[in-house]
Amino acid sequence: MPKPFNAFRLAVFLLCLCPVAWLAWDVYQNTLGPDPVQQITHRTGNWALRLLLLTLAVTPVRRFTGWTRLVQLRRMLGLYAFFYATLHLSTYLVLDLGGFWSQIFADIAKRPFITVGFLAWLLMLPLALTSTRGMIRRLGKRWQALHRLVYLCGILGVLHFLWLVKLDLREPLVYAGILFVLLALRVYWHWRQAAGSVTRPPATREGNSPPRQHGPTP
Amino acid sequence: MLIKNPESVLPSEITDERTFHERRRLMRAALIAAGAGLAGCSSETGAETNAAAPPKARELVTLKTSPFSTSEAMTSFHDATHYNNYYEFGTGKDDPVANAQDFKARPWQVQIDGECEAPGTLDLDSLIQPHAMEERIYRLRCVEGWSMVIPWVGFGLGDLLKRFKPTSKARYVAFQTLRDVKQMPGQRYRVLDWPYREGLRIDEAMNPLSLLAVGMYGRWLPNQNGAPLRLVVPWKYGFKSIKAIVRISFSERQPATSWNQSAPSEYGFYSNVNPDVSHPRWSQATERRIASGASLFNSRIKTLPFNGYGEQVASLYTGMDLAKNF
Repeated sequence: MPKPFNAFRLAVFLLCLCPVAWLAWDVYQNTLGPDPVQQITHRTGNWALRLLLLTLAVTPVRRFTGWTRLVQLRRMLGLYAFFYATLHLSTYLVLDLGGFWSQIFADIAKRPFITVGFLAWLLMLPLALTSTRGMIRRLGKRWQALHRLVYLCGILGVLHFLWLVKLDLREPLVYAGILFVLLALRVYWHWRQAAGSVTRPPATREGNSPPRQHGPTP
Repeated sequence: MLIKNPESVLPSEITDERTFHERRRLMRAALIAAGAGLAGCSSETGAETNAAAPPKARELVTLKTSPFSTSEAMTSFHDATHYNNYYEFGTGKDDPVANAQDFKARPWQVQIDGECEAPGTLDLDSLIQPHAMEERIYRLRCVEGWSMVIPWVGFGLGDLLKRFKPTSKARYVAFQTLRDVKQMPGQRYRVLDWPYREGLRIDEAMNPLSLLAVGMYGRWLPNQNGAPLRLVVPWKYGFKSIKAIVRISFSERQPATSWNQSAPSEYGFYSNVNPDVSHPRWSQATERRIASGASLFNSRIKTLPFNGYGEQVASLYTGMDLAKNF
């Protein structure tokens, strides 16, 4: 395990704080435009989704580049995604709905984009809570199974964006495209690994060629 | 065209003091703008002469106030001109102000046709000439759940329509926005089936609340707000208030309207503001008011049936199921 705060991780930690610092500055300067609440909602939501996709990009990028240090960032990026998602939800509840906060129940029940958005946040909650070393140890194998929920969070997050847009789908489709690639890679790897493990055990008919490299490195 | 003696328009006796002072401020702003030769304030002088135009150049001075005006806190001119849904200039709220500045709102012609005895094509000046301008401070409620309070300058739609003598077959009025891809870059993308179309039932169009606006805040309409001629139907969601109108047609059949065509289950032909009928993406029970006095924490207010204009328009829909005819 790396030290909790080496320079690399500290730099990324601070970098991830920039969007919220920038937002706070804009609020302070009153430069968020005519509808500041909507701006805060959109910006926190965008960053939640970006960080979630970055989290999902860690493994593929590591495998393609061999840059193993990246894995040190995965938990932090995931927690930041949750952080921005929580800011996003709180903005909606406190700033947007305000005195009408109970409207959220009707929203969750009736408006599909809010239903999936809220579900995404709800599913991120156990992931954040079980992200400590103690929990990883305690949950053992089940930890990995639980944390596969992150794929579902990604899908729900992108759906949330797609469904809230009225007509111009270009921006959410960029996110959908990136998510698709990130998930497709995993499906491909999984499929290749499965295929590999089936064909590997019997000796090859050609004779003594060494077994191919299969599957992810641990 | 629009110059009258300003002395005759100071209704201090009937207007509360705050509104009165606010109006004075607006009129001063309008005069200053005209004096400075604000581009677009003059209908027939070119840009070169415009810059040197003397203060007596034709300015848009509000002449009449209206009993329909609300005294609620208004949206600032800046906000009302920097936060627009006008997909012809882009789908972002800040696209119209960025992309509409070179739009040519003059010369401008409007074609009036269909079920009427006196159809014709008129240039803007002759279209608006016979009408006395009045200021109407209306609430504007967007279907997306936000709202503004805007002082429009214009005249009754019904007064204009009567000039063309609609026949008994004229049961609806259809409107069309300019289609000009060169000037309206948003039309390059088929997010909607251009040109933008809207429509009203004839009795809705004839209702005294229906306004054809040529100005706001005591000035000519900025391009991003629908210059040079737009509809304002304050009891309906904002997208019904079609901008940059080039054609008005009387018809016997209910005309096709853009958002309804694009998503019929989400946007009805009537699209009356109705807190009890929610949109699949937005609750319509409440709205976020963009106006002075609204802060980060208190901008949400209750939405009223017909956007608070029920007294004037509810009778148009007697006996209709408004949940079905949304």
